[in-house]
Amino acid sequence: MLDDFLFRAFLGGIGVAIVTGPLGCFVVWRRLAYFGDTLSHSALLGVALAILLEVNITLAVFMISVLMGLALLMLRQIAPLSSDALLGLLAHSTLALGLIALSFMTWVRVDLLGFLFGDVLAINQFDLLIIGLGGAVVLLILRMIWRPLFAATVSPEIARAEGLQPERAEVIFMILMASVIAISMKIVGVLLITALLIIPAASARCFSNSPEQMALYAILLGVLSVILGLQSSLTWDTPAGPSIVAALLLLFIGSTLSMAKIRSIKGKYWNNNSSKATP
Amino acid sequence: MKISDSSTLIELKNAGVKRAGKWLVREISFSINAGEIVTLIGPNGAGKTTSAKMALGLLDLDEGTALQKPELRVGYVPQKVSIDWTLPLRVKRFLNLTGSSTETEIDAALAVTGTSHLINSEVNTLSGGEFQRILLSRAIAKKPELLVLDEPVQGVDNTGEGAMYNLIETIAKNLNCGILLISHDLHFVMSATTYVICLNGRICCSGTPKAVSTSSEFRTLYGSKISANLALYEHMHDHTHGTDGSSDHTATKEQNSKISQETSINA
Repeated sequence: MLDDFLFRAFLGGIGVAIVTGPLGCFVVWRRLAYFGDTLSHSALLGVALAILLEVNITLAVFMISVLMGLALLMLRQIAPLSSDALLGLLAHSTLALGLIALSFMTWVRVDLLGFLFGDVLAINQFDLLIIGLGGAVVLLILRMIWRPLFAATVSPEIARAEGLQPERAEVIFMILMASVIAISMKIVGVLLITALLIIPAASARCFSNSPEQMALYAILLGVLSVILGLQSSLTWDTPAGPSIVAALLLLFIGSTLSMAKIRSIKGKYWNNNSSKATP
Repeated sequence: MKISDSSTLIELKNAGVKRAGKWLVREISFSINAGEIVTLIGPNGAGKTTSAKMALGLLDLDEGTALQKPELRVGYVPQKVSIDWTLPLRVKRFLNLTGSSTETEIDAALAVTGTSHLINSEVNTLSGGEFQRILLSRAIAKKPELLVLDEPVQGVDNTGEGAMYNLIETIAKNLNCGILLISHDLHFVMSATTYVICLNGRICCSGTPKAVSTSSEFRTLYGSKISANLALYEHMHDHTHGTDGSSDHTATKEQNSKISQETSINA
């Protein structure tokens, strides 16, 4: 079955969605959407360097993303700029540098669109191996730092005062983000990775009563979107990556609307009850 | 750094922090032992929160040292906690934020602050007063050796304030923990705490409540009328606050509200 490119596409996409679900919850909780965007923009520079130095693309993207994260942590300490301005600066300058570097390499034909929007149908068995192993490691480490990272998300001061060492968890989390961007770039491309991180988590918020539940629902919604997106891409011959994101958007709209509906019904029920109670 | 003396929980020695070349606080020295309530008072911007954070090890010191007992269990109620709407967080899970408490421990911690009925509420839907009591429950759920309370009664209405302060006194007795308290409520400070530190960038006076309230430095900072009233109040503090905020000593209550009006100008 692994010989079938469609089967590999589904498997790879689902694998990525399982990892981006819980990680994306932290991105939403910690308001790191732009941070994820910056890391993924810089991934293009990683691609250019990988081709130039003839090393593995996934590895190069991972290294550049980690460097970018560290640069951000350092700049935050020394530069008199707000975080979002710094992120914008890094995101677009690395994207520009990546594009310039690629344009110099006239001897290779680079499928730029593939890197920007992903090429899920071109996943090979080696890619699947990276997604499977890398994803498992990322989830395992996230499980290990879950308590300090979550406590630091709620209140960094409480976490630190009560001895949970949130700084360590935050650096590890940044490395996990870089890994996920490296392993999922091929599936959805650098421009759409943030969507796979944010939208499942945002959709899951409506139904969730606890952070762990939200992570689980984000996985389910992400997997569902990958299946829907790929299926519609096959049916209507639309580009695969953007189709997955469109499916994510549909699920988000659906979940938000249905939740609003449920709330309004509950509200009516509540109002009726209370009006009965008042004489 | 670690402390070897077992009864001392934390100790600051000539500690100071500066930001952008300006000293926020300097030459802060104090220690807290088990069973003590140490209070920081002072005007806004005096460095109360900064000093508490130095003691907790949340800030890197620019001078002096901060010592902590090894493996110290800390419960912290910060001045401000804002929980993002995107976080689905119920009270029960919130009480388990930094440690794993058992169901019994959680129930007990909620019962102490009278918030047992909120156990399944979303933290975002709580009122200011409810949230403040939940923060206190969370801090005591792990039975800390040191409790750091930064303005624990903010958002609590006037009647609830007395009950909250009684609660803090009870907690200190029951847990036999050390408490570092930041408070604007001078009568509680003077009546129930072991040691008072009056800050204004540096320690301007410190000692027992009686010594502080009669010191000339305290008078310059808070005005002679208030310190005279406080000395009187301390003398007359022979009543108890009910959990509904009531008091069985009407004369003192009037005195109490009179002082409240006056102190609120400075607080």
